[in-house]
Amino acid sequence: MSETAEHTGHHIDVKEFHPRAQAAIHNPKIRKNFRSAMDGLMSKRKTAFEGWDLETLRDLGANVRLRALANLPDLLEQLEKKLTENGIRVHWAVDGDEACRIVRDICKARDAKTVIKGKSMVSEEMELNHYLEEQGIEALESDLGEYIVQLADETPSHIIMPAIHKNTGEISQLLHDKTGTDLSNDVEYLTASARQQLREKFMNADVGVSGVNFAVAETGTLCLVENEGNGRMTTTVPKCHIAVTGIEKVVPSMEDVSALLALLTRSATGQHITTYFNMISGPRKAEELDGPEEVHLVLVDNGRSSIYQDDELLDTLRCIRCGACMNHCPVYTRVGGHAYGTTYPGPIGKILMPHLIGLDEGRHLPSASSLCGACGEVCPVKIPIPDLLVRLRQESVDGDKLHPAKVRGHGAKRSSMEAMIWKGWAWMHASPGIYRFGTGAASKFRALQPSKAGAWTDYRTAPKLAAKTLHQRMKERGQ
Amino acid sequence: MSSRETILQRLRNRTGGELTVPECDFSVLVRDNWSTKERIERFEKMIESVHGEVHHCTEDMWMDRLAEVLNTRGARNLLIPQQHEIGRALRDAGRDDLPELLIYDEPIESWQAHLFNEVDASITSTRGGIAETGSLILWPNDDEPRLMSLVPPVHIAVLKASELYTTFHEAMQAQNWAAGMPTNALLISGPSKTADIEQTLAYGVHGPKELIVLMIE
Repeated sequence: MSETAEHTGHHIDVKEFHPRAQAAIHNPKIRKNFRSAMDGLMSKRKTAFEGWDLETLRDLGANVRLRALANLPDLLEQLEKKLTENGIRVHWAVDGDEACRIVRDICKARDAKTVIKGKSMVSEEMELNHYLEEQGIEALESDLGEYIVQLADETPSHIIMPAIHKNTGEISQLLHDKTGTDLSNDVEYLTASARQQLREKFMNADVGVSGVNFAVAETGTLCLVENEGNGRMTTTVPKCHIAVTGIEKVVPSMEDVSALLALLTRSATGQHITTYFNMISGPRKAEELDGPEEVHLVLVDNGRSSIYQDDELLDTLRCIRCGACMNHCPVYTRVGGHAYGTTYPGPIGKILMPHLIGLDEGRHLPSASSLCGACGEVCPVKIPIPDLLVRLRQESVDGDKLHPAKVRGHGAKRSSMEAMIWKGWAWMHASPGIYRFGTGAASKFRALQPSKAGAWTDYRTAPKLAAKTLHQRMKERGQ
Repeated sequence: MSSRETILQRLRNRTGGELTVPECDFSVLVRDNWSTKERIERFEKMIESVHGEVHHCTEDMWMDRLAEVLNTRGARNLLIPQQHEIGRALRDAGRDDLPELLIYDEPIESWQAHLFNEVDASITSTRGGIAETGSLILWPNDDEPRLMSLVPPVHIAVLKASELYTTFHEAMQAQNWAAGMPTNALLISGPSKTADIEQTLAYGVHGPKELIVLMIE
């Protein structure tokens, strides 16, 4: 875990959330890009679930995930056994750095110089691209959005639509500067040009690296959801395919997949299904004419087994990475994905990242929310995101009283002054005499009340104390 | 201790204790059995909504329709299966209105550049379809390898209307997928697409730009 913390040096500093959010709020382009994209996604999701008993379907989604988590260690062993029988090699990594080393070792053993990548958030978590480049191995993203973000030397601003923060003009300029594509506002032309460039790369890549949406223990199957076909290219064309995934992605059977797939694509982009649902259960057999000779699966823990220890926090691991929570989040829609400075932005990032980077590093994440509850209402697997945000807020200011310390960096935001004030507040409210005296005095000297009260009054008028306390008024009424 | 043991031990010795396993009721996924006509209509509607095409054919005239489709697109060649009846029928027909017929009969390594740059269209069989989502089920094999449905710009798939299932849940149970899966299985629901540039849809980003379904009724 400590190695992972060091590794996050590549990230934008998470602690700088406030200035970045401020800047994003005052950037009309960011506001417009996200607003229009999120509005579209919200309405498409709604349409996609028409005719469904959505509550019952979400209950099923939640139960399918909970059942898998309840049997997690057994399922992982079953998955490993079945994949091994199918000819897929399984590796285990305690953290992102170990996972990076495993990928490097597989590449080195094959003398691989170039890696082509399908979209994988776990590989973002591992910061695999930086690592491989340091090792002299070229890693190229092939999902169009990821490719754009990589050319711009940025990180994804949305887990499903990585380049959502950019508009066509900016992308055209970027492709022109980096690849020599002619400037154009014709999206078809830009896409066709990227297709041509990436086809060459697919043909020449030594290794393909992808993520996994669901890993099925019963049949030993790795499932990938995508629209572009780059995932299929990545897992089919190079001679070696390495899939990386979090340990929580395993489910017992294909039947579970049918429920989660119905929820995933509709929640994510409002599609009834994606163009491709790719199920991989083994490398190329002797008689087959294409497909990779070698298939590997790297199971990455990276903090997940710590989350697993606590009954409440465990719900974080139900996530199927659809992004609906960010699409519906009023904060995310206004500040965009980069303001968070974390691999996973938006509500899911706020409840997941503190475990990966610690509550000290990610102290602002749980409070970057209005607790409006939209995320919890749309989550396809019913993760109680607002409750988890409150829990993490408690963890970040609490000593060791409410819960035994569970999250790294626990208590990082605790201020002894604030703790003392609340202690005094509690004492006052539990002592009627003191309370009456205190509120009476405050009303009497209300003219002395300051009109500024920190950041709160930057955008709001400070509340005015009433001339009489409630107790006094009730007394006057004779009650 | 290996990383594997470390992870498994942490999960097994969970401080919160054993977790209760909830019941999973999959009945919400079950649709009332749609008639063949309803399934065909829904399939067509769904696949057309994502830019795919459905051509209604019979056993007798599907090849005429195929020739039309290929000619309007100016396809110079068509990649066909060697063993499957579709491939056999095409070869045996000896028609002069079809383009050059190609067979995927050697490992990809020996003709990769040709497949990527020179093949205009391919035709494959399917293991049925899914009406609700407008999806084709493909299990690539040595006769119809994985890249056949991915690399050429036009993919033509032959689907028997009698093999249309209502839902994915129904299809996987009817075909008993739990008993074992092939090295690669696919659901294909339209041509390759992306909306990564300002949410504007563009087709054929990596895979086929066109998906054409010949539905045999």
